[in-house]
Amino acid sequence: MVSLPVGTLYRGGDGMWTWVLHRITGVSVFFFLLVHVLDTALVRVSPESYDLVIASYKTPIVNLLEVGLVGAVLYHALNGLRIVLIDFWAKGPRYQRQMTWAIATVWIVLMVPGAFFMLKHTFEAMFGSTS
Amino acid sequence: MSAPAQPGPVSIPAPRTPQRSSQRSNVELYSWLFMRISGVVLIFLVLGHLFIMNVLDGGVQRINFAFVAGRWSSPFWQTWDLLMLWLAMIHGTNGMRTIINDYAERDQTRLWLKMLLYVASGFTVLLGTLVIFTFDPNIG
Repeated sequence: MVSLPVGTLYRGGDGMWTWVLHRITGVSVFFFLLVHVLDTALVRVSPESYDLVIASYKTPIVNLLEVGLVGAVLYHALNGLRIVLIDFWAKGPRYQRQMTWAIATVWIVLMVPGAFFMLKHTFEAMFGSTS
Repeated sequence: MSAPAQPGPVSIPAPRTPQRSSQRSNVELYSWLFMRISGVVLIFLVLGHLFIMNVLDGGVQRINFAFVAGRWSSPFWQTWDLLMLWLAMIHGTNGMRTIINDYAERDQTRLWLKMLLYVASGFTVLLGTLVIFTFDPNIG
């Protein structure tokens, strides 16, 4: 077992992996943003073309991808807040590991009901409504 | 702007090495600061946007042209979306610039990847801005 360097934030261990995940989620969200501005720009073409493309956002598979997108954005937002606290709050670096656990907890607490409401219609369309 | 190509491992000056006085700019400092300030603002703008669009009141299933027309009839949501577009695009472009600088090792590769990035970002920001300002609910 290789021991990790002590007193570094980004080299090895959870500090590094939160940074790696921050980059991956950031790049993913950026590419989606380019696509999203393009699809929204269809409102300047015609209502029909916009509605046609937005219909693909309502299909089960893309709906699932949207949950992934929201999860990526939420992680990037929460970890970004953690980075700001590490950089600007005097006690930030000392509590960075606790903050990692805090954002993981908040992420799960928000994503479970969030995914439920986002996928509710898809579940009902696929497996029938209970109401 | 870009650091000169260095053979072998990157050499990092020792702490407290006197600053090079000539042609040193604070661009990277402002870029670093911008990422934190815009990031905090974007937390509210983007998470609010995602909650309204994907979770609230039926989520994505209720979105269509009429829904967009209803929202952009309000200057509040126009301003929200415009600010979100600009901040997210500059924040994202600056993040991509950092990543290109980190991983593209050849000077030419870095240059062209960043040119492609700036053209794509500039086009997207201008297109999005144009759409928000010229939106016509009675089109078609």
